[in-house]
Amino acid sequence: MSIYTCIIAMALTTYLIRALPLTVFRRSIKSRFVKSFLHYVPYACLTAMTFPAILYDTAYMISGIAALLVAMLLAFRGKSLLTVALASCAAVFICEQIMAFFV
Amino acid sequence: MNWKTYTNGVRRGLPVGVGYFSVSFGFGAMAASQGIRVLDAALISLTNLTSAGQFAGLTLIVAGAGLWEIILTQLVINSRYALMSLALSQRLDSRIGLLPRLVIAFFNTDEIFALAMAQPQPLTVPFLLGLGLTPILGWTAGTLCGALAGSVLPLGIRTALGVMLYGMFIAIVVPPARQEKSVLATCVLALVLSSCFRWVPGLNGVSAGIAIVVSTVVAAAACAWLFPIAEEEDAA
Repeated sequence: MSIYTCIIAMALTTYLIRALPLTVFRRSIKSRFVKSFLHYVPYACLTAMTFPAILYDTAYMISGIAALLVAMLLAFRGKSLLTVALASCAAVFICEQIMAFFV
Repeated sequence: MNWKTYTNGVRRGLPVGVGYFSVSFGFGAMAASQGIRVLDAALISLTNLTSAGQFAGLTLIVAGAGLWEIILTQLVINSRYALMSLALSQRLDSRIGLLPRLVIAFFNTDEIFALAMAQPQPLTVPFLLGLGLTPILGWTAGTLCGALAGSVLPLGIRTALGVMLYGMFIAIVVPPARQEKSVLATCVLALVLSSCFRWVPGLNGVSAGIAIVVSTVVAAAACAWLFPIAEEEDAA
């Protein structure tokens, strides 16, 4: 299957989710369960996408673990998005250099 | 077209556009490191304009997943936009026609939505069009630069840039999880489920998209049932 078929499918699905409630289905959602569900979806999917995938995207698993710990610590301290992201990249870079030295 | 409100919108959207550049830089770098061509990565960003959905889509494309799995994953991950579009729709004058609505829908991202809803004045079409301009440009240009960087920089730096998006996801999730027990519960449950799909024999054969979808739906549904949000906490 061509990558363009995939991209079009992704874009169209995402667009319809955004466009239909602005055009066709304009009644507000009454169900408290549905509202709560949609409120929790971003947290659930971001977590599910990050862990354990972050452990497998680097050359050595130890650098993935380092990235995870550094990011969690800085995010817990309320650091900005970019600071947390760059620090986790730096953690991976340093770890991989050290590992390459030993292996 | 009222240019004054348009430029006002552009000015309001600018910080989001700059922020998007850095986030999508991470997406571009990751896409390149997984073998996606530079222009294809930029095309994904230009047409989708959503971080989590694109990231999941990237994982699925690289894994060679089927079309229905891709569509289902996007439906679940991006379902929250339906709520935002609904809320935005309540704020729009009913005289605003179909065409402007179809255009505005394209760039109704979490951040643009938040900016629009924070406006005390009535929302106009020129303002919203202005609001979306630099975020779209920033998101696409950032991906382009990230993908270029990800394909020319030395391997060590490319590997490091590959975790940038994970770092951002963690930065988004941890602060609210720290403040709200219900969000923390959602994250822990999603984490346990996605770990099962990776490590438990029998479950680890499940494809990446289905693993994300099931982890997300089960965790969010369980927490919606256990900790329903307060009624006034409408359309966040």
